[in-house]
Amino acid sequence: MKRKGLLLAGFSALLVLLTGCNSLAVLNPKGPVAKTQSEVIIFSMIVMALILLVVYVLYVVIISKYRASKAAPDYEPPHEEGNWLLEMIWIVIPIIIVTVLSVVTVRSTSAVEKVPAGYEDQKPLVIYASSSDWKWHFSYPEEGIETVNYVNIPVNRPVEFRLYSFSAITSFWVPQLGGQKYAMSDMVNTLNLVAEHQGSFVGKNSNFSGKGFSQMEFEVLAMSDKEYAEWIKDVKNTASELTEEEFNTLLETNFVGRKTYTSTHLDFRPAPEGENAGHDHGGSTDSESNSDSEMDHSEMDHSNMDMDHSTDNTTNGN
Amino acid sequence: MKWDEFFVTGEPMIYGAMASIVLASLAIVVGLTYFKKWGYLWREWLTTVDHKKIGIMYIIAALLMLFRGGMDGLLMRAQLAVPENGLLDAQHYNEIFTTHGLIMILFMAMPFVIGLMNVVVPLQIGARDVAFPRLNAVSFWLFFAGAMLLNISFVIGGSPDAGWTAYFPLASIELSPTVGNNYYSIALQIAGIGTLLTSVNFLVTILKMRAPGMKLMRMPMFTWSVLITNVIILFAFPVLTVSLALMMFDRMFGAQFFTMANGGMDMLWANLFWVWGHPEVYIVILPAFGIYSEIISTFSRKNLYGYKSMVYSMVVISLLSFLVWAHHFYTMGHGVTVNGFFSISTMAIAVPTGVKIFNWLFTLRKGKIEFTTPMLYSLAFIPIFTIGGVTGVMLAMASADYQYHNTMFLVAHFHYVLIPGTVFAVLAGFYYWFPKMFGFRLNDRQGKRAFWLIAVSFNVTFLPLFFLGLKGMTRRTYTYSAETGFGPLNMIASIGAIGLALGFVYLVYNIYWSFRYAKRDTTNDPWDARTLEWSIPSPVPEYNFALIPKVNGLDPFWESKKTGQPLTEGEYEEIHMPNNSGQPFILGMIFMAFGFCMVFSWWVPSIIFGIGIVIMLAVRSFERDHGRHISVKEIRETEQRLRGEQS
Repeated sequence: MKRKGLLLAGFSALLVLLTGCNSLAVLNPKGPVAKTQSEVIIFSMIVMALILLVVYVLYVVIISKYRASKAAPDYEPPHEEGNWLLEMIWIVIPIIIVTVLSVVTVRSTSAVEKVPAGYEDQKPLVIYASSSDWKWHFSYPEEGIETVNYVNIPVNRPVEFRLYSFSAITSFWVPQLGGQKYAMSDMVNTLNLVAEHQGSFVGKNSNFSGKGFSQMEFEVLAMSDKEYAEWIKDVKNTASELTEEEFNTLLETNFVGRKTYTSTHLDFRPAPEGENAGHDHGGSTDSESNSDSEMDHSEMDHSNMDMDHSTDNTTNGN
Repeated sequence: MKWDEFFVTGEPMIYGAMASIVLASLAIVVGLTYFKKWGYLWREWLTTVDHKKIGIMYIIAALLMLFRGGMDGLLMRAQLAVPENGLLDAQHYNEIFTTHGLIMILFMAMPFVIGLMNVVVPLQIGARDVAFPRLNAVSFWLFFAGAMLLNISFVIGGSPDAGWTAYFPLASIELSPTVGNNYYSIALQIAGIGTLLTSVNFLVTILKMRAPGMKLMRMPMFTWSVLITNVIILFAFPVLTVSLALMMFDRMFGAQFFTMANGGMDMLWANLFWVWGHPEVYIVILPAFGIYSEIISTFSRKNLYGYKSMVYSMVVISLLSFLVWAHHFYTMGHGVTVNGFFSISTMAIAVPTGVKIFNWLFTLRKGKIEFTTPMLYSLAFIPIFTIGGVTGVMLAMASADYQYHNTMFLVAHFHYVLIPGTVFAVLAGFYYWFPKMFGFRLNDRQGKRAFWLIAVSFNVTFLPLFFLGLKGMTRRTYTYSAETGFGPLNMIASIGAIGLALGFVYLVYNIYWSFRYAKRDTTNDPWDARTLEWSIPSPVPEYNFALIPKVNGLDPFWESKKTGQPLTEGEYEEIHMPNNSGQPFILGMIFMAFGFCMVFSWWVPSIIFGIGIVIMLAVRSFERDHGRHISVKEIRETEQRLRGEQS
């Protein structure tokens, strides 16, 4: 009864999996990063299903064959110390499987950390995504605009999200475009994503950050280059400037809905990278972004930034 | 401080909890007075230094906490059953999932395991007691003090609400200004000291007090698993101690270890937490492996297959458990090399774990399998835990983990590991060793019904969560909209949770029924088992072994039954036993009062109680208590009474 139930559960699970891929956001990728990840996941599922199969077949055969009710009344089970060869088999085969999985893991991890293959020659669109209680701020330093709780991106162009937080640790996650990364207050994390399909995707914070955590969702709208350019133009014509005062009010308000501005908070509140970083993690991505951040700094010198922060940072190099 | 800051107000459910706490306490006090049981309670339980009684107290506390944590789980499932549910508000929900995790891991799984280990290990190695009986009582009362502190937090001051991982800066005084996370740092600290003392106690017990002839490689597998577990505790818990102390400095004394400004490093907390937290997972899972080994071997009437590789695989797991902590935050951005290292070390754990699974299967092969309740739990463990194991390997792959991290997929995985791994194991062990503790068996038919309800409901509850994770549902979400499409699967999971709850209620009914009606007719050895604990009367007399057995190999009791060679020889001699003492209990209570005042930063009473602790330790160090001797006559009478009944 038990075994049948389990087999049935396993089978129906597989069925749901195979037929329902479209409803499983993670296995319904709309960009190369999520695609790599979904391929890794499906590959690992197949390998794991094979392992489960071996264990389950052995289990079912053994349990049904050696039950006491089937054994002769005088049957006395043998004394078995073990078997060198058999034990070697179930040590060596798992080692081989783990080795294969390790290679797949390291390769795919390295792939999803970089700008996706085929997009290396394009200059990525840099967007700073910072979180505060409980909202997401998206600053476009190139375009000089900033949005809150939604982000528009052009399709087929690499986007470099630079993540940090004004408050608790959050995790920036757009399941259909690619896996998540943490946004923390003392460093900037980089996440390279590309959308290959137009459309609206759910993005969210997936790391618990307090009371408003469940509401920390944002929309990622992937649009054509033309639409994107029009949107930028539109914003510049209609939206207002983000003043420091306005930004501080934003930070203090828990939920603000969508907002759009024609300047970014990076001017008066620079991201914790380069000389503003709390400490240096020595990540390889830092060097790539140096040129951009240097430019930011020269602008920033005149701004009245949070003095406490900068002095503290210089005394705490790491 | 105002009263409404001291007591949590404004929540009907919390008022209900307050009322029930007051009523339950009153009922206990009135009941004890009415039945004139205060003296009995004090003499037999509160002051006991007997490892078996301490073990039973651990198990009772763990069962109570199972229901406390289970209520939390039910409330969470109730809240998530339908989209946009307003049953709980965010704050209440956050407190509930935080305490659910803390209680289930630290105040249910660990004490249950420690309880079984207290009851069984000295018996399995042929010892009269643990190495430091009174220290053992201190351990229990410190655990108890910590558990009570965390439990009262719900009505007094507010519970911790930053997740059981208490990540900074969320858990810092700036972002969590209530006393909730003070409770976290103090309650866990006190209970953690108790655990650390247990570890030292059992390491010494196992290494120094084995019966003559019981070499390390002749120890029963449960004892082996406990030995390795205690080594892990000895190395892991000091990390917890230090991190909780740093947390306390941050929250109460204005230090800046984990803050957002002034050079604090939030991820340092995460690293320290998981340097303790990942080995902690193996602290609750390795003894489970030991329990299953005993039960599977007993009920297939075979010796354990591949004993040596079982031992080595546990040693390898214990070493690897310290090398994998960063897989809890691959997404922190530490690059391909670090993530690669932790991926590989994590996946490597699957190898020794697989060895164990196959060894169990081959123990069953050619056996004579009897489907008793403990055996059913052990058999169900294999297929369900394997799902937990393989999803663990999937999670270990860093690139894929970027998608699973912090989702329901992870929640499903660790429940698939911890429930069949630890909960089934402690229940199996409870049913298996129950006759040794109380002298009779729990009703098997009821036990099996409870088992089926629990095992089936478990899968209904947690299987849907894998798919919810892949759909993008994050853990710790307190509500979701209908458009997300998370509704139906959540509803299935919630229905499963009700079944799970009913299963546990039925299990308690099973215990209650058996205490009232089950036949007290069992022999020493109701299961026809293999290890030394079954060679002595049930319930076990205070001194365990009237004569210390001599061990010539593995499964000495089995060999003796088969060959007819007696385990013991010689005449009874006087047995030296420790005296009962009220000090451990009093020390625990002072610790609790000290902790409570610390939580609220009431410094003067804190200092007074702190001095009280020092005085208690000083009193003990000047005390001359050489214990007492049990006379040969008394031993003979006890043995005749206990052994006479069964023939």
